[in-house]
Amino acid sequence: MVFTRFVEIGRVAYIMEGPDAGKLCVIIDVIDQKKALVHGPVHGVQRQGLQFQRLSLLDYKIKIPRSAREKTIRKAWEKAEVDKKWEGSGFYKRIQLRKKRASLSDFDRFKVKNLKYQRNRIIRGKVKQIKREQQQKK
Amino acid sequence: TLRVYTIMKAKGDLKEFKVIGRRFPTEKNKNPTLYRMRIFAPDEVAAKSRFWYFMKKLRKIKKTNGQLVYIAEITDKHPTRIKNIGIWLRYDSRSGTHNMYREYRDITVAGAVTQCYRDMAARHRARTSTIQIIKVECIPAKKCRRPHVIQFHNSKIRFPLPHRVCRGHFKKIFAPRRPTAFQ
Repeated sequence: MVFTRFVEIGRVAYIMEGPDAGKLCVIIDVIDQKKALVHGPVHGVQRQGLQFQRLSLLDYKIKIPRSAREKTIRKAWEKAEVDKKWEGSGFYKRIQLRKKRASLSDFDRFKVKNLKYQRNRIIRGKVKQIKREQQQKK
Repeated sequence: TLRVYTIMKAKGDLKEFKVIGRRFPTEKNKNPTLYRMRIFAPDEVAAKSRFWYFMKKLRKIKKTNGQLVYIAEITDKHPTRIKNIGIWLRYDSRSGTHNMYREYRDITVAGAVTQCYRDMAARHRARTSTIQIIKVECIPAKKCRRPHVIQFHNSKIRFPLPHRVCRGHFKKIFAPRRPTAFQ
């Protein structure tokens, strides 16, 4: 297994739990084996120490010096276009999907059920057709 | 007689208190010497108690013949700056009492002291009441002695998080797939 996501200065991370859950932040320094000093001015994460367990490291890295100030982080963040990359990523899309599913009303869930049934019906029909054609060829 | 012993417990995150006390002023001594201590305790009540505990040990002043002049919580001046903190302490083990010097890395001094209490309990089974913090000091990086602190003195620090155990993984009893601990 080759590691691609490292804890390093400038690594962008997604906060999984706590009051800032759902926001992005940057690792600006490492406190010790379990905690990092993070700051996420663009998403409203105050400069604080967070445990690695609460963070999910992402594939993006911005170029900042150790313990950079807010202005520097903002500039580097915008230069690296982190928000754009984040919103185009699969992780972000899955989070939005989960949120959407959690916010559905009973009627919405009924609609989803029916649409799924219709879609699967079409798929099953096509699969049966393909199998029949293959049988006939034999 | 029944004596109720109040012992300190390092509940939650400890706070730093500046406590100043002195003997009661008398006719002979109108301005007794003031004694200041840096006490790390969970709350003000425990801080006052700890102050008198040390006063009794260090001077002939008890709570009954002394007065508290000042007590206030000291919040960290730079709570977002990482510090290397050296703690000199004295603790009772099962077979004797020993001095120790320990180092921690933290963003607040009180946070490091809290870490120290937790660490002492874990590594030496020392209870809070048997630990006496003698001195706490922020030390410059080149004066650090402990390898577990020195290893973080690297401006280009870089390490992966191998074998990640997701805390959320254990919420469900049954799962369709085996969990992955990679990244």
